[in-house]
Amino acid sequence: MDTNLKIAVLSGKGGTGKTFVASNLAKIANRAVYLDCDVEEPNGHLFLKGPVLEAFDVDLPMPEVNLDLCDNCRKCVDFCAFNALALISGRVKVFDKICHSCGGCKVICPQNAIEEYNKNIGKIERRHYDNVDVYTGILNPGEESGTSIIKKMMTTIPSGYETAIIDSPPGSACIVMDSIEDADYCVLVAEPTTFGAHNLRMVHELTKVFNKPCGAVLNKTNGEEDPSRIYCMDNNVPILLDIPWRKDISDYIAEGSLVVEKDKELSESFAALLERISQEVQK
Amino acid sequence: MRIGIPAEVKDINGPVSNNFGRTQYYFIYDDSNENYEFISNDAANSQGGAGVKAAQLVVDSKAEIVITPQLGENAAAVLNAANVQIYKCEDGTLMENIKLLKDGRLTLLSSIHKGYHGH
Repeated sequence: MDTNLKIAVLSGKGGTGKTFVASNLAKIANRAVYLDCDVEEPNGHLFLKGPVLEAFDVDLPMPEVNLDLCDNCRKCVDFCAFNALALISGRVKVFDKICHSCGGCKVICPQNAIEEYNKNIGKIERRHYDNVDVYTGILNPGEESGTSIIKKMMTTIPSGYETAIIDSPPGSACIVMDSIEDADYCVLVAEPTTFGAHNLRMVHELTKVFNKPCGAVLNKTNGEEDPSRIYCMDNNVPILLDIPWRKDISDYIAEGSLVVEKDKELSESFAALLERISQEVQK
Repeated sequence: MRIGIPAEVKDINGPVSNNFGRTQYYFIYDDSNENYEFISNDAANSQGGAGVKAAQLVVDSKAEIVITPQLGENAAAVLNAANVQIYKCEDGTLMENIKLLKDGRLTLLSSIHKGYHGH
């Protein structure tokens, strides 16, 4: 993916407003692509609406042992760094959900008894909404990890976009790291609570590990003491935007509307936010 | 009949470990000759898949019965495939649980938890 500006929107906890910020940023940008990497519960398409134009399966190679060729030498079991194989009563058993699809067991097997088959773990859907190409990563229920879906989204999205908005999964685990790896800038969305500030610290530390420039959007602020704002000021995290706790904003979200299409002031705020991020990246 | 129990310390009067996959040792007791040994659990510090590796270790030790407070689904899949019988331990030491088993006072483990594996 070759895009001028790639912005990841993330937060330490769910429900802070990642998709709210990401979908509105995508709408305000020119020639934008929106990548919903929250593969366990993607919901950006509720705001950036449209019929599914294309869908791509995401498959992972999984080992399958040919029991006629296997001589129980156990090399695959001992080799697997993830303990995804066991040798029980003369049969090698594969634990799909632990397997990381590294292919090592196939390489190490002296009998060439291990073949790989493709196991479907999810899909990517493409929609189009106004100026935005919308890609949604979807992990099948029950699957352990959607990192391969995110990697596929990052590598197979066509180029030519001016702005890419990456809606990251909540938290700070492996899957979030995959979603921000290619980003030029990280927007940290935070709530004005102690819990919110704690999770803001976690994602902020993650962006430091990856050496990414970042700034905060303080969502649902109410004018009272805000632990997230205090964290930002104490740790030199620029506060990019304040979004107040307002009934009309939550009503727009509840009806699946983009606030930048409904509220002139917020539309200007999001335009200024995008401009500010562009400037921060060019620094 | 060989019996395996997760153990925190190498002491037959020590407690049963609360965690099957990531326990430090397994107490392996042979009731035909009353010999026993403690084996170290190489899986204790695995990043993932500890239950699979740990259960493999217990199966390799030729245990036919396991006594444990709880068990994850992957470890259970390995033990079940090897036809190992799984009993729920009671409060008490390793040897006290062996005695409870011999007296028929332990029950089969009825529930398997989803494991503690995560990313």
